[in-house]
Amino acid sequence: MAIGVDGLSSALADLAPGRCGLVTSLLATGLPRRRLLDLGFVPGTRVESVRRSPAGDPTAFALRGATIALRHEEADLITIRVL
Amino acid sequence: MGLTRDSCGSAVTQVRPCVAATAPIVIALAGNPNTGKSTVFNALTGMNQHTGNWPGKTVTHAQGTFRHRGVAYTLIDLPGTYSLLANSVEEEVARDFIYHACPHATVVVADATCLERNLNLVLQIMELTPRVVLCVNLVDEARRKGIQVDSSRLERELGIPVVLTAARRGEGLDELKEALARVAGGEVASYPSWPVYDPELETGIARLMDHLQPLGESVPRRWLAIRLLEGDSDVHLKLVSAYREKGELARANALDAAGEAAVGWRGDLPADAIRDRLVTAIFRRTEEVAGLAVSQRKPRGIDWDRRLDDILTSRWLGIPIMLILLGVIFWITVSGANYPSELLARALFWGQDRLTDLFTVWGAPAWLHGVLVLGMYRGLAWVVSVMLPPMAIFFPLFTLLEDLGYLPRVAFNLDRYFRRAGAHGKQALTMSMGFGCNAAGVIACRIIDSPRERLIATLTNNLVPCNGRFPFLISLASIFVTGGTAVGLRSMGAAATVVGLVLFGILVTLGVSWLLSRTLLRGIPSSFSLELPPYRPPQIGRILVRSIFDRTLFVLGRAVTVAAPAGAITWILGNTYVGGLSLIQHGAAFLQPLAHLIGLDGVILAAFILALPANEIVMPIILMTYLATGSMIELDSLSALREVLVGHGWTWLTALSAMLFSLLHFPCSTTLLTIKRETHSSRWTLLAALIPTGVALLVCLVVTQTVRLLGLA
Repeated sequence: MAIGVDGLSSALADLAPGRCGLVTSLLATGLPRRRLLDLGFVPGTRVESVRRSPAGDPTAFALRGATIALRHEEADLITIRVL
Repeated sequence: MGLTRDSCGSAVTQVRPCVAATAPIVIALAGNPNTGKSTVFNALTGMNQHTGNWPGKTVTHAQGTFRHRGVAYTLIDLPGTYSLLANSVEEEVARDFIYHACPHATVVVADATCLERNLNLVLQIMELTPRVVLCVNLVDEARRKGIQVDSSRLERELGIPVVLTAARRGEGLDELKEALARVAGGEVASYPSWPVYDPELETGIARLMDHLQPLGESVPRRWLAIRLLEGDSDVHLKLVSAYREKGELARANALDAAGEAAVGWRGDLPADAIRDRLVTAIFRRTEEVAGLAVSQRKPRGIDWDRRLDDILTSRWLGIPIMLILLGVIFWITVSGANYPSELLARALFWGQDRLTDLFTVWGAPAWLHGVLVLGMYRGLAWVVSVMLPPMAIFFPLFTLLEDLGYLPRVAFNLDRYFRRAGAHGKQALTMSMGFGCNAAGVIACRIIDSPRERLIATLTNNLVPCNGRFPFLISLASIFVTGGTAVGLRSMGAAATVVGLVLFGILVTLGVSWLLSRTLLRGIPSSFSLELPPYRPPQIGRILVRSIFDRTLFVLGRAVTVAAPAGAITWILGNTYVGGLSLIQHGAAFLQPLAHLIGLDGVILAAFILALPANEIVMPIILMTYLATGSMIELDSLSALREVLVGHGWTWLTALSAMLFSLLHFPCSTTLLTIKRETHSSRWTLLAALIPTGVALLVCLVVTQTVRLLGLA
């Protein structure tokens, strides 16, 4: 389900392409969590969902001036507030 | 010789990188991937560089030298990383080098078009060493995108020298050298302004720093305190054992005491929580600094990166465009390589005749002439004339796509399929490298950071054809698949057939990966993230240099070293007669029953086995055996080749089976040795040979028996 209602809390994975959100928390633990942090997915970060791959997954996200593709499982572990 | 400086001798450990510095002053080059770090490296060192591996690590290491105002500097290229928190081998290598080898200066290359994200690494390195210079690269691209970087503001905010460069055009390099020289020479005292953490953390850091007092001034105590605070046992244990080894017990004890204090301070706070607070604070600071020093004028016109991505990764066009690009590259390679190949062959075989003349003049025995000229020289001549032109076309084209930034898009497009196969999206990249050379593809598997997926990529890399096999596939495709049509159509038909084979190879790659990830290499795909960097205008000069020197000549050199002895051995086997048949013919007769089952004949199978050292000598061995000339021959036209093959019972089924076998069979010896080196395991190396061979036998068997059953051939 692609969510696009302002102010709603959701998983980054469900953010519709073209919409933006603010990272609120990370549900990942251990190494995956540290990787996401290093890429800049820290709470308060503005993230835009840019596009999905031709096969529907992964999805490219724009944050901090870079474009990073994440698979659904990883993006599912990032909660956001839809902007 | 280590790079260790006396001034920080107290911090030296056993993990000291044994890199031989060719100049006394050492500068480390750090930076995020895709920031043009290697362009900066090349621009500074020119041709004075060489590459290798970090000791004991499968991480590529490059170092070079440059001179500035008469002083020589060694530049060490650290692996490109987003962070230094040691989440991967690359990060560990970079961190350990800066900490233990104490370079006289560290330059961090950052991308001006996304400075904010790059500042994360800059701030982390500033905590580790005060001798940092920030090189904000790609300012030309930033300008095009309307991004302005205020270097003096950055300097003020960070407390370190900042230089703006456009390394591609040589802009700012002199300033960079000057800044490095001044920092390395101690002329500039930099006062890095560290990120400030929350008060609770800062109190903890201060307390630990007190404990660390005995370690001395040269140790980055704040950095060390933070690592202890977040429970980084790797850093702690390495240092303690190093101090113990050197008998510096007071220091080791101080470190241990600090470690215990850290444990006490943490209490039952989870390690993740502390790391979160640290990283969040660093990113807050990067936002702040970027907000002050970077200004974005309204972007003029269109965002070309997004526009291009709209097409190249679009739902409907993404994959077709990829296939067309692949087809076009093959087509250019096939049609472009023909003529130079012929010229080279003519020149080299002319050389053979002159050598023969020489041997005749000297009155050398026939066997010596046979082994050296008909075996060794001919084998070499064949490999060079068949391999060099296509490689000299293919590698630059491939490097061009790499330079443009297209390859990550390929991984983006294909990741879903690789994930379903239990593999990593980046396997799409290592697979593409395999088109050039499977050994190079296996080395490229290092970019996959989880061991399980890396192994899957390594074991399946051979299932796409390399340059040594393309000529075989292409010549058979042109002879048997599209025989008779116009020349232009024929090369397109051959290219299409080869694309079809490649697609089949990719399918098998996915299938084998799937099987491996459900049997020998069970496990769930590990986390995946892939940066899609901005598209960059390609640098033609650098592409040519890199692809010709680093790839073409490198691969050719290796092929030549195996082809020469292989040629000699083949000649001996083809000319040693036992009971009226040469040894090769005996082998062929022995293999005939199995070969017939899979649509080949004994000679073809024997040729594949003999060509273990270099795939490109399969066809010469086949021809040599058929014609019983006893030496590898070159037929000057495809129609002559067709006549010989058809004369020896080849049908389109034989050609198809031979192509499939060539596509799927065991890797060449160079690739196997590379796999051995990369996996440190004979077992995986053996499997890397057995798995593809099993697949090749099975596929050829099924295809052949089906075709025969249906009475098609």
